[in-house]
Amino acid sequence: MNPETVTEAPSVAAKNSSRQIDQTDDDSFDLTIEAGRAEINYWFDLWRYRELFYILAWRDISVRYKQTSIGVAWALLQPFLTMLVMTLVFGRMASLPSEGTAPYAIMVFAAMLPWMFFSSALSSASQSLVGNANLISKVYFPRLIIPGSAIVTALADFLISFVILIAIMGWYGFAPGWRMVTLPLFVLMAFLASLGPSLFITALNVKFRDFRYVIPFMVQFGLYVSPVGYSSSLMHQKLGDNLFLLYSLNPMVGVIDGFRWAILGGNVEIYLPGFFLSLIVTGFFLCLGIIYFRKTEKSFADII
Amino acid sequence: MGNNVVIKVENLGKSYQINSRKTESYTALRDVAARMAVSPFRKIRSLMAGNSSNTGGLRRSDTTAEAFWALRDVSFTVKQGEVIGIIGRNGAGKSTLLKILSRITEPSNGRVQIKGRVASLLEVGTGFHPELSGRENIFLNGAILGMSRAEIKSKFDEIVEFAEVEKFLDTPVKRYSSGMYVRLAFGVAAHLEPEILVVDEVLAVGDAEFQKKCIGKMSDVARGGRTVLFVSHNMAAVKSLTTTGLVLQAGKVAFSGSSDESIDFYTRSINSQNTGHDRNLGSGSHTTVKQVRLLDNAGVAVSHYNPGSPLILEITFQTDGTAALSIEAFLLDSTRSKLALASLHQFHGTSLPGRPGIYVFRLILEPLWLASGRYSLDITTSLVNSGWDHYIEDAIDFDVITSNPLGHPWDFKQSYGYGAFAMLCRESPVFTQIE
Repeated sequence: MNPETVTEAPSVAAKNSSRQIDQTDDDSFDLTIEAGRAEINYWFDLWRYRELFYILAWRDISVRYKQTSIGVAWALLQPFLTMLVMTLVFGRMASLPSEGTAPYAIMVFAAMLPWMFFSSALSSASQSLVGNANLISKVYFPRLIIPGSAIVTALADFLISFVILIAIMGWYGFAPGWRMVTLPLFVLMAFLASLGPSLFITALNVKFRDFRYVIPFMVQFGLYVSPVGYSSSLMHQKLGDNLFLLYSLNPMVGVIDGFRWAILGGNVEIYLPGFFLSLIVTGFFLCLGIIYFRKTEKSFADII
Repeated sequence: MGNNVVIKVENLGKSYQINSRKTESYTALRDVAARMAVSPFRKIRSLMAGNSSNTGGLRRSDTTAEAFWALRDVSFTVKQGEVIGIIGRNGAGKSTLLKILSRITEPSNGRVQIKGRVASLLEVGTGFHPELSGRENIFLNGAILGMSRAEIKSKFDEIVEFAEVEKFLDTPVKRYSSGMYVRLAFGVAAHLEPEILVVDEVLAVGDAEFQKKCIGKMSDVARGGRTVLFVSHNMAAVKSLTTTGLVLQAGKVAFSGSSDESIDFYTRSINSQNTGHDRNLGSGSHTTVKQVRLLDNAGVAVSHYNPGSPLILEITFQTDGTAALSIEAFLLDSTRSKLALASLHQFHGTSLPGRPGIYVFRLILEPLWLASGRYSLDITTSLVNSGWDHYIEDAIDFDVITSNPLGHPWDFKQSYGYGAFAMLCRESPVFTQIE
């Protein structure tokens, strides 16, 4: 069987398990349950349940690649084909300018990466709680883990499609500059920009089940509102400073500009006021998402 | 306080907004949107208030009025090593109590203090994923039940041996037979080593051999000095496994004492209550039994049964269309001992319809020669080979007024202690003289 498993005396493992210590109460009890109590220990609990988080993320990822028969190929094909269409429509037929001298395809794909991540995080997170209803109504754990692991799955797709970017860059013979090193920072930004709205929508989706019909539309709409198929410097040029600031209220504008700045090198100049505005909006959505999720979370088990 | 108290419950209460219970648990956005159009600001506020149940879906005047107390002022303590049976009919608050103890839901007031790790077996196989292999599911399920990776690794072989699935470890569990599936699921759960184990109705699962294993495992846990909270409709199991009992009625503690006293109290209280056709039967997660009626030969609802005629039950139920659902009926005597079982799936190979909806059907059972006295029927829907879905204790009561196959004046009474039904001769005896 499994060579590494050696049967131990049964009680040993249980003693090693972590316990929750509650200082405010009589020392002899480990856990106190009362109204509003889960509030206080929440973030501590989240840390305690990190192992469950890993394993749920692992489950989501492995099921995702087991279930679709073309598995990994699907994660590669989807952004690639979208990029191809956008390059043809916007770059060739409409002859829109790229950022500087960068090939249009690379410019589109640099935006496609964070956008695909954002949209798949949003749609899989929003379904995650309802899809795990049996867990939520049977076992306690901080519910943030569920949409969290759905977003990590989207991150796995992101990493896989990153391979295509490298391939396209190789095809065009486009060498990345030093700015490429900063890319992880923008990945983090994309993660946070996805987390906020995802949590908000996830919680809404538990309460209002027909909300799920709105999500595909939002994702579709967002694709055209965000500078994915075209360069945002073109947008800036057409809109002028003030209107472009308004445009930057979309947090994905900042994320996409950041990605292009890092990947396309000297071809891109970031409009800093717009970028910081996107950052602020990202922060706002993150707070809103977490607060609203935390507020509704307690009643999930009752209403799901 | 005594050092060996492991669970201390004080004035525990849980209330639900009537409208936020099962039937109307979530709201349709379009309804809220329609109302928001009428009074935008108030609704935005109530939307943001979030958790305070369903304010978004309610008119304002309703929100404070109708609170349903699933539990109220419940206080008790459990000592280390105690095996306590929690008894009560459906809707008495047993599940709510267990949900609070395992932290799935928060109490509305009162507090619970717990020493040690609590593990609940609310439903075996929680979180199993059909696409994953047996091996993967052991780790997944273990983590969900609160075991650390190292702990699962150290128990891995024991679990596999217990479940008898060595050969199929790398097969996706969707290819498992339902028996293998349940054995594996219970295997993981049974190898948890919590200080406090909460068990709800899992023993009702699987074949006899497997049930014996499960009961053995539970008594192991109890003998190991750990505490067990056991909820079951099976009074015989409660009697043989538990040391103390707690009877819940309408969300309150009606009785607590030794397990024998508690069972006595419970059976007496059940028998003294009336048939209760109007009571709220509750609901299961896939199915809901809406109504159960006893009919006579002419199809009229009756409250007594004539021995020797077909026993006809008319059952109205709602299903969400899940596959492999069945309905079982248990016949119980006045001491609530189970006498007989009727099962759609096990004895007739029939499952409930796969289309969601509300259905009614008649369960026409072979004639029984019951002794006179009072009987009751527990009706339950079940997920085949995995557990009860909507269990209604004492769904219907009926009386047998007089019992004698020949119509002779001697009445065969249940209370004589000669048993609950007559065994009749198939043919008249023929006496052959041999000497």
